Amino acid sequence: MTSAAAARTGVAVELTDLRRSYGGVAALDGLTLHIEPGEFIALLGPSGCGKTTALRCLAGLEDPDSGTIEVGGRDVTAIPTNRRDMGMVFQAYSLFPHMTARQNVEFGLELRKQDKAARRERAAAMLDLVGLSAHADKFAHQMSGGQQQRVALARALAIEPQVLLLDEPLSALDAKVRTQLRDEIRRIQLDVGTTTLFVTHDQEEALAVADRVGVMRAGNLEQIAAPEELYTKPANAFVADFVGLTNRLTGTANGAHASVLGAPVALLPGSATSGSVEVLVRPEAIDIAPDPAGNATVVSASFLGAHAKVIATTDDGQRVAVQVDSDAVTSYRPGDRVRVRPQGDPALAVAKS
Amino acid sequence: MSGERASFRRRQSLFRRVVLAVVLTFFTLPLLASLEFTLQGPGGTGHQLTTWTTLMDFGAIAKEYPDLKEGFLSSILLAIFTVIVMLILLVPTMTWVRLRLPGLTRTVEFLCLLPLTVPAIVLVVGLTPIYAWVNYLLGALTLWLGFAYVILVLPYAYRSIDTGLRAIDVKTLSEAARSLGAGWGTVMWRVVLPNLRTAVLSASFLSVALVLGEYTIASLFARKNLQVAMYLIGKSDAKISVAVGLASLGFAFVVLFGMSFVGTARKESR
Ligand SMILES: Nc1ncnc2c1ncn2[C@@H]1O[C@H](COP(=O)(O)OP(=O)(O)O)[C@@H](O)[C@H]1O
Ligand SMILES: [Mg+2]
Repeated sequence: MTSAAAARTGVAVELTDLRRSYGGVAALDGLTLHIEPGEFIALLGPSGCGKTTALRCLAGLEDPDSGTIEVGGRDVTAIPTNRRDMGMVFQAYSLFPHMTARQNVEFGLELRKQDKAARRERAAAMLDLVGLSAHADKFAHQMSGGQQQRVALARALAIEPQVLLLDEPLSALDAKVRTQLRDEIRRIQLDVGTTTLFVTHDQEEALAVADRVGVMRAGNLEQIAAPEELYTKPANAFVADFVGLTNRLTGTANGAHASVLGAPVALLPGSATSGSVEVLVRPEAIDIAPDPAGNATVVSASFLGAHAKVIATTDDGQRVAVQVDSDAVTSYRPGDRVRVRPQGDPALAVAKS
Repeated sequence: MSGERASFRRRQSLFRRVVLAVVLTFFTLPLLASLEFTLQGPGGTGHQLTTWTTLMDFGAIAKEYPDLKEGFLSSILLAIFTVIVMLILLVPTMTWVRLRLPGLTRTVEFLCLLPLTVPAIVLVVGLTPIYAWVNYLLGALTLWLGFAYVILVLPYAYRSIDTGLRAIDVKTLSEAARSLGAGWGTVMWRVVLPNLRTAVLSASFLSVALVLGEYTIASLFARKNLQVAMYLIGKSDAKISVAVGLASLGFAFVVLFGMSFVGTARKESR
C-alpha cells in the first residue's frame, strides 16, 4: 500500500510545555517533544510516568492544563478528538464487537462520506497490509488478540491519519506474537510513512521499532535519542538503568576517566569527574576469563539462548553480571576463580550515593 | 463410597423435582382455576367457550365493553410512551456518567433505585400537585401517566442497562470511534446502542410488563388503563374480566419469549 505514502508524507508534531495534573499529582510536568515528519517515536518509561497522558493529550482525549499541541504547523490544542484525524490503537481490545473486521475498518471511511466502492477497496487494501484478508468477515470474538490488534491498526490507518498513536498495543499479547507484530508495525509504518507515536514500558520493544526513543520519568523527558545512542550514551543514571541491564561498579574518577576494577574507563559527558563514583557498565562491556589468580569468584552461569550470562562476586564484594558467548558458558562453574575487567567503552559515572 | 455418592445424587435430584413440582403447582393452580372459571356455563353448570369467543370478536368487545377497548388502547400507548421516554432518559445519561462522571455512579444508582422503596400510594400523593400542572399545561390525557410510569420502571430498567454497560468497554469503544471521526451522537447511535441491544430489550420488556400490569396509580388518578378497565368490568361480568387477565398474561409471555428469541438469534448470526 504505497499509495498512502505517496499521497501523504508525514507531518511534524510539536508538543510544547504540556502540563496536566490529576488532583495535585502532575502526570505531565512541562513535557516538550518535537517529532519530525514521518518519524517513529517511542515513549518509554515506568508505569505511571505520564506516557499515556501525553499520547491522550495529542489525541485530544485529554485536555492539558497548559501548553500547546501543534500538528503539521497547525495549533490543534482546542480541537476535539473527532476532528483531529488521529489513528489510534489502544492497549485494550477496541474493535466494535457488533461489526466484522471489514466493517470496523470501513467505519472511519463511512464517517468521511466515502462511497461504498471506494470504502470496500480501501478496507481490503488495509486488511491486506496487516495480513488479514482472509478474516475480513470475522467478528472480534472470532479472532485472536494479535489479529484484533492488527485489525485495529488497519482501522486506524484506513483514515490516512495525520499521526498514528499506539498506546502499548502489544502488552496484552504473548511474547512470540508480540515481537512478530512489533516488527510488522515498523514495516507498515515505513511503508505508509505516517508520523507515529508509540508508547511502551518495554525497553526492548522501544529500541527495536523507533527512530528515536524518549525516556520519560515523572511527567517529563529524561532523554530522547536514537536507540544506539540511548544505549551507549545514556544521559543519566535513570536512563542507563531503565534501558538495558547495567552494573554499578565503584571506581575513582579523575577527569575524563575513572579507574574501575583496576582498568581505565572513559567517562561520558555528564559524569561525575572526581572522587569516589559508581560507574554504570553494561554486562557486554566487561571482559571475563578463567584465572586462578583473578579478582573474582563465579556465582552462577546461565545459558540464555543467543548468549549467556555469568554472575561473579569480586574480592571487594561487588556483584558483576557479564555477558559471554553461549558456547563459552561451560567454562564457568560456581566457585571458579576468574578475572573481570571493564573493556573501557565510555560509561556514565555518578557520585557515590 | 461411590454408591453413597450416587444415592446422594438420586436424593438430590428427587428433591429438585419435588421443589419444581411444588412451585409449578403454586403458580399454575390459580391460573388453571381462573381458566376453568371462564369456561363455566351459566349458573356454574357444564362448560362452554362463549367467554373466549366473545373475547376474540374484537368488534363485539369494542361495542359491548367500550371501557375495555379504551383501557387496552391506553395501556398499549402508555407502554410505548414509557419505553421511549425511559430509553431516551436512561441510555445517554448512564453512558455519559460511565464515560465522563464516574464519581456520580452511586448517586445515579441511588436515584434510580429509590422508586423501589416508595409505595405507589405515597408516589401518588407526591405526584398529585405535579399532575395538576401537567394537566393544565399539556391537557388531561391518560398518556401523561407515562411520566409516572417512567419513575416506576426506573429501578428495573436501570439494572438491565447497567448490566449491559458493564459487559462492554464503553470507554475504549467510544474513544476509538471518536478518534475515527465520530461525534457523540454517532458514538451513541452506531457504537453504544448496538452493543446494548439485549440490555435495551430486557429493560423495554420489563417496562412493558410493568405498565400493562399497573393499577394503583391509574386508579387513584381516575384514568382508565387495562387494569382499571378489567376491574370495572369485573363488577358486572367477572368471566370476561378474568379472561382478559389471562389473555394479557399470555400476551406478556409471548412478548417475553419473542424477545429472548430475537436476542439469541442475533448472537448466533454473529
Ligand atoms: N484519569 C485519571 N485520574 C486520575 N489520575 C490519573 C488519571 N490518568 C492518569 N492519572 C495519573 O497520572 C499519572 C500518569 O498516568 P499515565 O499517563 O497513565 O502513565 P503511564 O501511561 O506512563 O503508565 C499516574 O500517576 C496516574 O495515576
Ligand atoms: Mg499507560
